Amino acid sequence: MMRSLSIAPEKCTGCLQCEMACSYENEGVFNPAKSRIKVFVFEHEGRNVPYTCTQCADAWCKNACPTEAIQINAATGAKEINNGLCVGCKVCTIACPFGTVNYNHATGKVIKCDLCGGDPACAKACPTQAITYVDADWTGYGKMRGWAERTDNQSSAQV
Amino acid sequence: MGWHKRVLRVNLTDGSCNAEALNMEWAAAYLGQRGLATKYLLEEIDPKVDPLSPENKLIFATGPLTGTMASTGGRYSVVTKGALTGAIACSNSGGYFGAELKFAGWDMIIFEGKAASPVYLLLRDDSAELLPADDLWGKSVWETDEILHRRHQDPQLRVSAIGKSGEEGVLFACIVNDLHRAAGRSGVGTVMGSKNLKAIAVRGTQGVKVKDPARFMRVVAEKKQILAENAVTSQGLPTYGTQVLMNVINEVGALPTKNAINVQFDGAGKISGEAMHEVRASDGKSNLVANKACFGCTIACGRISKMDKTHYTVVNRPEYWGASGGLEYEAAWALGAATGVDDLEALTFANFVCNEQAFDPITFGSTLGAAMELYEMGLISAADTGGTALNFGSAEALTKMAELVGKGEGFGKVLGLGSKRLCEKYGHPELSMSVKGQEFPAYDPRGIQGMGLTYATSNRGACHLRSYTVASEILGIPEKTDPLATEGKAGLVKAFQDATAAVDSTGLCLFTTFAWSLDDFQPQVDAACDGEWSLERLSEVGERIWNMERQFNLAAGFTGKDDTLPKRLRKDAAKTGPAKGRVNDLKKMLPEYYQLRGWDDIGVPTQETLARLGL
Repeated sequence: MMRSLSIAPEKCTGCLQCEMACSYENEGVFNPAKSRIKVFVFEHEGRNVPYTCTQCADAWCKNACPTEAIQINAATGAKEINNGLCVGCKVCTIACPFGTVNYNHATGKVIKCDLCGGDPACAKACPTQAITYVDADWTGYGKMRGWAERTDNQSSAQV
Repeated sequence: MGWHKRVLRVNLTDGSCNAEALNMEWAAAYLGQRGLATKYLLEEIDPKVDPLSPENKLIFATGPLTGTMASTGGRYSVVTKGALTGAIACSNSGGYFGAELKFAGWDMIIFEGKAASPVYLLLRDDSAELLPADDLWGKSVWETDEILHRRHQDPQLRVSAIGKSGEEGVLFACIVNDLHRAAGRSGVGTVMGSKNLKAIAVRGTQGVKVKDPARFMRVVAEKKQILAENAVTSQGLPTYGTQVLMNVINEVGALPTKNAINVQFDGAGKISGEAMHEVRASDGKSNLVANKACFGCTIACGRISKMDKTHYTVVNRPEYWGASGGLEYEAAWALGAATGVDDLEALTFANFVCNEQAFDPITFGSTLGAAMELYEMGLISAADTGGTALNFGSAEALTKMAELVGKGEGFGKVLGLGSKRLCEKYGHPELSMSVKGQEFPAYDPRGIQGMGLTYATSNRGACHLRSYTVASEILGIPEKTDPLATEGKAGLVKAFQDATAAVDSTGLCLFTTFAWSLDDFQPQVDAACDGEWSLERLSEVGERIWNMERQFNLAAGFTGKDDTLPKRLRKDAAKTGPAKGRVNDLKKMLPEYYQLRGWDDIGVPTQETLARLGL
């Protein structure tokens, strides 16, 4: 089964455990500045929103890359950076409509979410299940279930 | 590891910023944050120094677990000689600032001297600059935060700042980071203001490493699971915040009301955590918008609230319409029960102002309660207050005075002295509900006996966060003790004080201790930090810190005579509730406490005790 990250911002408390898990998994250090997922805190609205790559099927970043450094992991569907081919031209960072590919000046390469090879550290670290790793064909399942649960068919049956 | 082993020393007098190595011998004995910064302070200043003089120092300190994946690893402390108390001050804050300081590559910042004119520190990894803050002077924390983000074109800067109260010398000014998290007590913001230091803006990209990463990850995951399964940390605190306590403490008859004249408040339900969830008639929304985590926290007890736009305090004032830090228990008690005000929206507004202008709601509310008692006795008149009637229960008095204290103007200047100086000024020092100059918080020691000893012996003046025996006496954590009994409380207080001092030195949050004991901290510290950290060693660090803080206070001029409580708590019996007829029996607990501490009968640590702890 292909799986996909599913993000429910209303469950996010802004703890940044995901950012630390991501940086630890990828860089071996606790460092949100090197995280592939970012949580945006909108103070005046009291909202926290985690944001990362959605792994487009027809990926803008991959299509834009002149060196074919962005490759699809067949097992996970993730668009992964091949550091041996990446020349740090940053065209992918421009092509991505969502800003989720970013340049790392320390290495001269770009970084983006690679789904941790099929076991995303952010989802494991999230204490509120704001980030989950679910059936890629059923990312709406949880929301559907939530609405289904609120459907008041019991009272109409009693009428 | 855990530590970066680097300290930034900022001399405000000559404008220099220099890196130096962290004293690892001290880190081995005092761990970090509270303990380590206090050691630096004790070594570097004369405890007799005037807290508002350039000779006092101001230390921002992280712990070795700050900025790690350990749950709640976002804490930092501000350590200095307190402006309100003249005692050791150590105020602890969450939010994101502490972790960012760590990510920039620093364990602590030591500020010394005094700038000739207002400055702020801009700290980006290794780059530290003192920049002019003349245009920020007079601005609120909220304005300062916005201006610094815009000026430096960096939305990821984390800002810690003082408001106007700290500039104007309000003696209980605090330091607020991330808009509404505060190093709140003892006037640490007043010290910052006295140094002409307006703010610190920090951005870090270096990260934090630990000694044994694989073991650390395994252990922190296991400990997070404990928090996720504990009823208080997984249900009570996320749902109601610390405000879960308002109705509980009122019911046990330990809610100090109207300057502690009473121990129960009729309006408690209206200002409780439950009330914050209720839908308002005016706009169909609840006061509470969401719960919020500080950095790394898997509990998320923080309150995010929005005001009712039709409330008299904010009509035509859209700057207060957005979501911001809502009422937590101590603030709700101080702004509400201590003053007799039961208007939840007025309390929320006053709390916003406390954050906006950075002053301590506990001391403010308690001081206003004392002023209200003096007003009703006819000793303060409306002429003194600029025309405001300071009657108990007046929401208008509360919100008006909050704004005046925030700006250090009018009668706000007098309230800004704190209750001890205010009550002395009006000839009734006994009406100040304080110990060592600091007001006690939301637990009445007549109904919770251990809290009497807690307040009397707290090294930073009356405080609940030095030994939260409420956990045992009311909540049954780790085991239930009778709140009305004095037997065994000396040992309980000592044990809580020592463990808390160790916890406050790790970089993690004390609120984890609703679910964790020191045994749960030990493997996290051991996996992160150089050396071997056994439970015995961690416990001893706690006891060493407590005794060191005591030494600071003794050297500053405090004596055992200051280990006392306001007369009202010792002489005037509780009028209602389960503690009806009781006073606090401090005398029955204090001698045993001194004995257990290894102090002589006037409260001085014996040579034997000091030697045992390596002091």
